[in-house]
Amino acid sequence: MLQEIFHSARVIALTMGVCGFAYTSLTLTSALLVAPQKRLGSLVYNQQGIPIGSLLIAQNFTRSEYLWPRPSAVDYNAAAAGGSNLSPTNVKIRERSEEILRRFKLTSETKMPADLVTTSGSGLDPHITLEAALLQADRIAKARQVETTAIQTKLHTFAQQQKQKRLDMNDLINVLEFNLLLDNELKWVEPK
Amino acid sequence: MFTWLPAVLTLAATAAIAWPLAWYMQLVLSPTKSNSLIERWNHCLSLTLGNRSHENPEKWGSYCRSMLAFNYLTFAIAFLVLTFQHYLPLNPDNKTGLEPSLAFHTAISFVTNTNLQHYSGEVSMSYLSQLTLMWLQFISAATGIAVLVALARLMSGAKSIGNFYHDVATVSILILLPLSFLLSIPLVLSGVPMTMAGSVEVQTLEGATQTIARGPVAAFVAIKQLGTNGGGFFGPNSAHPFENPTYWTNLLSNASILLIPMACVWLFGRITQRMRHAHIVFIVMMLLLISFTVYATVCEKQPTRGLDNLPIATSSNLEGKELRFGPDAAPFWAVSTTSTSNGSVNAMHDSLNPLTSIAPLTGMWLNVEFGGVGVGMLNMFLFIVLAVFLAGMMVGRTPEYLSRKIEAHEMKLALLTILSHPLFILGGIAIFASTPWGRDTLSNPGSHGLSQIIYEFSSAAANNGSGFEGLGDNTPPWNIFTGIIMLFARFIPIIAPLAIAGSLSSKRLIPEGAGTFRTDSWMFGIILLGTILIVGALLFLPLAVLGPIAEHLQAVQ
Repeated sequence: MLQEIFHSARVIALTMGVCGFAYTSLTLTSALLVAPQKRLGSLVYNQQGIPIGSLLIAQNFTRSEYLWPRPSAVDYNAAAAGGSNLSPTNVKIRERSEEILRRFKLTSETKMPADLVTTSGSGLDPHITLEAALLQADRIAKARQVETTAIQTKLHTFAQQQKQKRLDMNDLINVLEFNLLLDNELKWVEPK
Repeated sequence: MFTWLPAVLTLAATAAIAWPLAWYMQLVLSPTKSNSLIERWNHCLSLTLGNRSHENPEKWGSYCRSMLAFNYLTFAIAFLVLTFQHYLPLNPDNKTGLEPSLAFHTAISFVTNTNLQHYSGEVSMSYLSQLTLMWLQFISAATGIAVLVALARLMSGAKSIGNFYHDVATVSILILLPLSFLLSIPLVLSGVPMTMAGSVEVQTLEGATQTIARGPVAAFVAIKQLGTNGGGFFGPNSAHPFENPTYWTNLLSNASILLIPMACVWLFGRITQRMRHAHIVFIVMMLLLISFTVYATVCEKQPTRGLDNLPIATSSNLEGKELRFGPDAAPFWAVSTTSTSNGSVNAMHDSLNPLTSIAPLTGMWLNVEFGGVGVGMLNMFLFIVLAVFLAGMMVGRTPEYLSRKIEAHEMKLALLTILSHPLFILGGIAIFASTPWGRDTLSNPGSHGLSQIIYEFSSAAANNGSGFEGLGDNTPPWNIFTGIIMLFARFIPIIAPLAIAGSLSSKRLIPEGAGTFRTDSWMFGIILLGTILIVGALLFLPLAVLGPIAEHLQAVQ
């Protein structure tokens, strides 16, 4: 038995060295070479060089001049992510959705896209569907004192550009990226 | 519009890559012709690992002993690292040591290739602990493949079963390592973080502070998928944007979940020189996988029941899903990950529609639709022995498999092992459903609560690792109980097939004649499929009725 332990220890040392240490170093070095910025978490910075978020991670938006993300079961905590883990038949899903519907103050003929009332698996889904974004165009336009159609056009072009960039077929809007675009291009009335 | 196309293409492409991979795996593990490069590698390895040359003929018993000693030692190391991580380096976010029952559970979980996680990686683990767990994902996967290769060598009539230490090192370094590195590059390019820097604090546009956890994620995720490990770097696993940032990483990850399990079937066929037999087994597995995927995709298209009659646009069930993977990504992944004993998730299984959740549950109950790396084919070996026996009994002949008689001793071992699987699941559920140990940890009411217990035990017993994560499972009873189940459920189905093969290989070869039941015929495929479905359905159907089906029939509560 002692001999087995001794042999095991040698294999452990070898695999730790190669699959633990060497592999990690190799991937780290390659990451440094091929994606020196992205490897840090796709962070975006403001003019002062302070990080203001990650393009892959949702952050909360509640002000009316911004596009709002999907609800999060963990309150957008990117240090302890998670989903609601509620069964689809759980009444808590219904209660949460009714609450969100009240917040959006929809007119009777519009229907809410489902992604705005359901939480994502990670609670950090950075996207919403184009429909979910268009639904908010009116509110954003009012807050920024521009025409609703201006925001709608922006959303359509943005969705198109993003789709080409991602090379997939989903009409999705990255909420943080679009809000940054809004801040760059449109002024808004500072809330009192 | 063609939403099924990505799944079909992924399956086809994965099978296409698995074919040459099986060729390569045979080349490094059990070459038919001598190859100077491989011989040099074997020589170097013998020098590094000590005097026991890989050419020594070994009995299956000593192969097992080496395997157990090795696994025991890795468990001890993992347990110590996790418990004392606050004294160890690479801890930029100052994580404290794990509580003993959680460390026990986590160490077993990663040693047994289960990777059931009762913690959230970004909350509890230092980077050294994460890297230790990553190392375990290499060698636990290598253990499974090594044992399968040993079994195949025995069944092929080779004189030596090989050396376990040698096999484990070869699989880790020559097979898993290059594949993981190749996979980590597109992951990094798509935005998966790879850094040793600690979490970063950002000022959001609305002035709040958000702490974003990161780390050496790409290296971790690559082996997690390839080794059918499934232990996530972050709590939500591959649903987290940092583990799975785009539509394409999702497809790539899904393919890498299936890759090595597929290759293992052909590897078995290559070493035993029964390729037609391997093809039939492959087709049976593929049929099961495809039917579960179709079933889950159809069920998951139903809208979230809790949203009935609200002014909400009709859509598939989006609770617990990420949008970037596209509409049908979750059911395909859910089936892939549970059929192969991987256990990583790209959507929260707790929030799957009740009927959909039967698909991942069945995947774990049968555990052979490709199954875990190496061990999937080992499980299948037991079902093959059973199917051959049944076919033999039907025509009244002594059953034979690969030219060897299957007799009472082999059948006892095969049946006991197949029956141990439901025993662990049903026994565990009975205890936890009837005591506060289980009842007090549920997060959903009614039948779904029972489903949470069912899922947790199925996942532990299948060495899967996914979960209905609403379950408050980080308690000493859960940690210890599922820990022990994972241990038995891992090593019984590894040792028993080796014992069967050991006993078969010592028997006299019978030449195949006109009366031999051929294991490379369509008829055999049908009998095998029937055996798997009947055994699985009879043992587990009541569970499906009490949990998911009962919930489906209830109103929203």
